[in-house]
This record gives sequence, structure tokens and C-alpha cells, in this order.
Amino acid sequence: MFSPNDTPSTQNEPIITVRDLKIAFGSKTQATPIVHGIDFEIHAGQCLAIVGESGSGKSVTARTLIGLTGANAVIQAQTLQLRGKDLRRNSDRAWRKVRGADIGYVLQDALVSLDPLRPIGREIADSLRIHTNLSPAARTSKVLELLAAVGIPEPEQRINQRSGELSGGLRQRALIAAAIALDPALLIADEPTTALDATVQQQILDLLAERKAAGTALLLISHDLAVVGQLADRIAVMRQGEIVETGPTAQVLGNPQHEYTQRLLRAVPTDKPRGTRLAPAGAGISARQHALIGAQRAKSETGDPTVPVLVAQNLRKTYRNPDGTPRVAVQNVSFALNRGQTLGIVGESGSGKSTVARMALGLTAPDAGDVRLLGLPWSTLSEKQRRPQRKHITSIYQDPLGSFDPQWDVARILSDALPDSESLTRSERRDEVIRLLETVGLDASLEARLPLRLSGGQRQRIAIARALAPGPEVIICDEPVSALDVSIQAQVLDLLDELQREFKLSYLFISHDLGVVQHVSDEIVVMEAGRVVEAGRTTEVFSNPAEEYTRKLLAAAPRLHTVPIGEKA
Amino acid sequence: MSLETLNPTPSNPAAVSETTDSTASSSRLTSVLRLSGLRILGAAGVLWAVATLAFFAMRLVPGDPVDALLGGPGNNATEEVRELTRELNGLNEPILLQYGAYLGKLVTGDLGDSYQLREPVAQVLGDQLGNTLVLAILALATAWVLALGLALWSARGGRTATLVGNLLEVVSAAVPHFWLGSLLILVFSVSLQWLPATSGAPGINGLILPVLTLAIPLAGFLGQVMRESMLTAMNSPFAISSRARGESEVSLSLRHALRHAALPAIGLSGWAMGSLISGAVVVETVFARPGIGRTLLQSVLVRDVPVVLGVVVLVAAIYIIVTLLSDLAERLADPRLRAA
Repeated sequence: MFSPNDTPSTQNEPIITVRDLKIAFGSKTQATPIVHGIDFEIHAGQCLAIVGESGSGKSVTARTLIGLTGANAVIQAQTLQLRGKDLRRNSDRAWRKVRGADIGYVLQDALVSLDPLRPIGREIADSLRIHTNLSPAARTSKVLELLAAVGIPEPEQRINQRSGELSGGLRQRALIAAAIALDPALLIADEPTTALDATVQQQILDLLAERKAAGTALLLISHDLAVVGQLADRIAVMRQGEIVETGPTAQVLGNPQHEYTQRLLRAVPTDKPRGTRLAPAGAGISARQHALIGAQRAKSETGDPTVPVLVAQNLRKTYRNPDGTPRVAVQNVSFALNRGQTLGIVGESGSGKSTVARMALGLTAPDAGDVRLLGLPWSTLSEKQRRPQRKHITSIYQDPLGSFDPQWDVARILSDALPDSESLTRSERRDEVIRLLETVGLDASLEARLPLRLSGGQRQRIAIARALAPGPEVIICDEPVSALDVSIQAQVLDLLDELQREFKLSYLFISHDLGVVQHVSDEIVVMEAGRVVEAGRTTEVFSNPAEEYTRKLLAAAPRLHTVPIGEKA
Repeated sequence: MSLETLNPTPSNPAAVSETTDSTASSSRLTSVLRLSGLRILGAAGVLWAVATLAFFAMRLVPGDPVDALLGGPGNNATEEVRELTRELNGLNEPILLQYGAYLGKLVTGDLGDSYQLREPVAQVLGDQLGNTLVLAILALATAWVLALGLALWSARGGRTATLVGNLLEVVSAAVPHFWLGSLLILVFSVSLQWLPATSGAPGINGLILPVLTLAIPLAGFLGQVMRESMLTAMNSPFAISSRARGESEVSLSLRHALRHAALPAIGLSGWAMGSLISGAVVVETVFARPGIGRTLLQSVLVRDVPVVLGVVVLVAAIYIIVTLLSDLAERLADPRLRAA
């Protein structure tokens, strides 16, 4: 074959050996250490998963293995060997020979890791052009083989398409095809499924498992313990540049020794009943707030508690494709959200979830059907009539940073959301802002910060505070925790749960993550291609799905197959 | 291991890909055609608006066009001769009738006769257009070469290269044509005596300085845009993916980043061509070179109304055509625009 790596190594020699790897950024004298001396090795046909949250150093470690750590990185290691060959003193030219040929690397952002201006066939053929002497025709036929091997349908057509014409799953397959073109001994996959829908995620994991079975050593980088559990033989848990625990998968997931691993596992929402705390107690509503909120709530109780707060009936929305043909985004969607409850909407990307959210918020007018809020007409109102009522329904999004004015500090973001902001004095406004910050478990000193200077978890808390400011009945949560690390996600979910009970809030909770939806929802609606395929009590839908699509979705969701550890810690 | 064991090889890939290629390109063609149709309608509207504005603006300019007809402001014609001239040229008619007659002739392509030269305007401009177009097109091409070179060099180099590149671009983008032209003449014609100071004579030597005068400021401008998008491309995830396949930096910038850098510059080239033609007014004067720009200047001075109107309409038409071409080129170069 074309691969230069055909000579099989002896079985007991690892493909990659790393001893005491230290990575720092900065100059030689003033370097900030990122990775503090880690060890691991991977044998042929084995998979090691490095698990950790953002900033743990896992991606930097992966990049170091192919010599792409970055311009001002300082790297030290006792051993850094690929099949017995020292990588530490590699020149640029030597690294280029390793990359793509001996080590394949699948980058984190599947959606943007292919050049949008070049056909994917050319991108995949690049590996062959760089490392072999194949003729262009031979490269093309090899690329077709690779496309078929990674399960891309109609390879003869796809080879000429560009990444913009392909779905996320197909892009990730194309990237994997490029990475395995020369059958490298080691394949590194950095968060290979993060941006993908559940069913597609499963297909990519199967594909990686296939490579492992074929004898490739696999290094999997992920924040998702459930994904890792399926594929990895061994797991290394990384935190702040150190491996805190390492061992066989079953042992790490089933009987975690380190406190941090236990915390990570506890933060996974899947299969945890509603109301179970996911994070250690701490950043919740302060005691002072409990008293204040109770008093305020008593006098602001509105409407009949038996009437559902938000009702959608036979919603329909059609958009036009660029070529003029109609595309039905949502059809015949009905649901009712009861006071103090959470209604989850699950579906894959393009299923119409977000269009439903926009119609519920009165931002998009339905083509047919209507939405009623607190028993009164809502979607049929003019925007002028709707505006005074907007305080009853607010929203939280996946990307809070994009929903903040970057020039506004936290105090201005929050006071702007107060419905009576104009009539308040400066000190009253400041009191309100601090009250909101305390409610979402943030320190009052954050009021002067700009959004860019906040962490991801803090930003989402500010977004929640802003949604609370007008005193709403309903909050539309559109993928509110999808961009967060699992332990931060746990804290935010706990906070939402606590706020719901304190304020009798009703949530319309939209997510592609079945585990999260299962944990938070009283009832769920499953959407596919703009239609509701199944709806009902969460426990019933999850334990006894009636529809084929729901079963498929549930089967594809990765979950931890271990004994529950909730009681242990 | 080999990949054939995982999946069967497609039997005859070449034959299949050929057919899919032709259907894809035919749908691409219809979309391009539909776009062109809309644009041509819009272009006609713009031409009408430009012609109308120019027509009425020329009426507002002080001075009597009869002077131009009679050989300039200093003529000694009697009042009868002036009246006769007015009548013969239809200048006594109500202004709306004159406008109607002007538009009617314009639609048939008749731009009227020059007051001063007593020749059809179309012929006057036709003689000069070639000169200006050669100048503008050469300047655009030169600006592209300079800008690409600068962008490639400074985007790949270290911090010093970035700094120097940035400085060169800002300075050259800010230099006015008349100053740069005079400077080039002083250095290359007067001091070094390598190149002629005027550009009247045929031959490439006379073109070098005027082309550079127009190209350098434009190159600075295009270079800034190109380097920006080139840097973005070189730092994007797909560039890292490409490096992870073993691609070298040179190959990366040529195969990937160059196209990303060229895209915004292609879009700007339509605008650039328009600015080059207005720059030609100055450059043709500085280098005493025949062309549309110099003709316009002279006609304005003597109030040769038909020629001025002709130049305005012609330049607008060129601007429209070039913008249309650059939009089409952009769509051909960027598959994402075709998909949308």
C-alpha cells in the first residue's frame, strides 16, 4: 500500500510514549506553565482518552504530539517517542514528515476545519500529494476509496463539493478521511463529536472504533465522559495541566478515586432525576435573597394558576429557499407549558426547535396557528400591543456573549433589562443590579466588568440575571448550557432549578442534549423535520418511547453505563 | 492494513463524476444568468439617473454655451450671430424639450456634436478612451501584483515584516496622485533621466510613470485588505488542519490563503477601476498624456456641454460594467456566494 508505515512494530512497544511532558507559553525566562509534567503511552489498537474541562491543557497536549503547539511554546519532556523515534529534536521539515503520515490529527472544530473555497477531494488528496509520489489520477481514486471507507454516500459527487455544501457529520467524516489517508499509526481526535447531533455523533464514534479495531492507536480528547466511555480503553482525567487520575475505563467511570473525577461524574445530568443537585452546593441563591424573593412573590402572583402560562396551537412557519421553493420549518406544532414546570423540546439541528422558540417569544410571526401567553392572545398582537407584556416572557441563549453589547458593563446590561429602569434613582438601580447578581450567585463586585472579561459560566449567569430582571413568568431557554463545561453546566442547571422553585418560573427548555432535557423537564416534545413526533411526560417518553424516531434518538445518545455514584461522595 | 478491506472500491468513478459535473455547472450557469439579467436592468436605471443629473447640473453652471460654439469666451460675435447660433442648436427651446431630445438621442447612442471640435462626441471620446483604458487596466494589474507581493511577504514574515508592510501600505494608500506623479518625474525623469516626463509618445517607456502613479496608492489600499484576510486564513482552523497533514507554510499560503486574500480584493476592483478613471484626470494632466481625463478637464473649462455629458455617461457606463464584472468574478471565485 501507499503507507510508509507498514512495518509492524513489536506488540509490546507503545506507538507513542510521553514521559514528564511540560508545556509552557511565553519566553524561556518568563513562561506560564500550562501542562506540568504528564505521562502516558498508547499501544496499537488501543484508545486513550484524555478528559478534562476547558483550560485543562488537553488540546495543547494533543497539538504538541504533532509539533503544532504554537509559536511561543516552551516544551520539555523526558521522553517523547513515536515508535521509539525521539520527536523532541525534530526540525520543521522532520515534523512535516510526521504530520499526516505517522500521526493523523482531527481538529476540534469540524464545521470550520475544511477550507470553504476548496473541494473536499482536494483537501483529502493533500495528504497524498505531500507524502507520496502518486499521480493525480491515482490520488483521486484513492480519495474516492477513502470517502467510501468513512461512510460518505455518493463519493463520486461529494469529492467535488466544498464544505459549505456538506452537513456537519459529512464534514467530520471528510476530515477523518484526510487524517487516515496514509493509515497513520496514531490518530488524534480532538473533541470529534462536539458540534454534532446525537445520531451523527454515534456514527462518528463507530467510525473511530473501526479504525481502532484495524490497529490504529487512538488518542481521544474530550470533555464528555459519556462519549469517552464508549470508545476508550483507558481514561486519563486532566485538570489544570495535570493528570489527576488514570486507569482502565471501567475503573475510572465506575470507581473513581480522585475527588475531581467524582465531581465530573456527578455533574453528568443524564438519568439523574429532576431536582437532584449536580454540583456541590455553593453558588446558589443567598439566604438574604430567599427572604426578599418570598415577600415579593406573594404580592406579584398573577393569573389563574390552573391555566397553562404558554400555549401554542398548530404553529406553522414556511421559509423560502434561495431558489424560491418553499421550505417548511415548522408545521402543526402544539404544546402547553404549565405554571412552575419545564417543557423540554428536543430535536436535531434543523428540526425547527429554534423557530418554535422565536414564535413563542413573539419575534417571528407564525404563518398559521397562534401562541397564547398567560391565557391571553400573544402571537396575534401587534408589536406595539405586545411590548408592555414582554416583561412576562424572557429568554436565555446558548451564546450569551453574542447577546450582550460588548461595550456595556454588567451593571448597564442588567439595569437596561429592568422594566421600570427609567423611573429609578441611581442608587435604587444599583440596589436592583446587586440584588440580581446575588440571585444568580455572583459577587456584587462584578457589576463594573465588561462581558469579555467574564468566564463562560459567569456570562450565562448574567444572562439568567438579565432574564429575571423584568420579573417574568416564562423563560425560553434555547440551548442554555450547550457551550459550557460539564461542571459549569451542572451549576447552571442547579441554579435554574432553584430559581424555578423560588419564583414559580416556567421554562421552555430547548436542547439537542437528551441527557440535559431528561434531567430538567417535566414534559418533553420530540421534534423532527418541523413536526412533533412524540410528546408526553418525560419519564414515560424516556422509559417507553412510542415512536421509531424517538427510539433512534435515545439509542444514539451516549450515556454512562456504570453504577450510580450519587450516594458515594 | 489496506482500505479496500473495509469497503468495496467504486467500479468506475471517472464516468460518474463527469455527468454530475455538467449538471452542477448548468445550474450554476442559470443562476449567473438570472443575476446578470437583474443587474442589466439596474444598470440601465443608473445610466438614466446619471445622464439626467449631469444634464441638469450642466445648466446650473454659469456661462453661456454659445461662447463655446463660437470658439471660446473671448469671441467677438454680434448679438444676431449669437441668437442664430442658439436657434440652430436648439438652445432656445424649453429646457424639458431639450432634455427630451437629449435622452432620445442618447437611447440611440448619439451623444451629439462637440461645440468646440465640431466632431461627433462619440468620435472624440472613442479616440481618447483607448488611452485611458490602457492606463487604468495596466494600473489595476500593477496594483494587484504589488499588493499580492506585499501581502504574501508581510503576512508570512515576523513582526518586523508586518510592521514594515503595514507602514508601506498606509503611506502609499494616503499619497495623492498629483504629488506622487510629480515626485516620480523629479526622480526618474529629471534627476536620473531614465524615463520620459511626458507620456504623449507611443511606447512602453512613457507609460511606466503614469501607471505607477495610479497603481501605488491603490496597491497600498488593496494590500491592507489582502493581508488582513490572508492573516485570518492562515490562523483559521482549516489552516491548522492543513498543517496537521504536513503542509508547509509556503504551500499553505499559496494553496489556501491566497484565494481567501484575493476574494475581498476582487470585490473592491470594480470600485478601484472607477477611482482609477477619476485619478486619470489628474495623472493625464500631470504627464500631458491624451485621454478621457484630459478631454474632460478641457471641455469643462470651455463649457463644451455635449463632451462633458458624454464623458460623464461613458464613465458611468464603464463603472457599471466593471462592477458587474467584478461581482461575477467574485461569484466564480467564491463557491459560497453561488450556493446562497
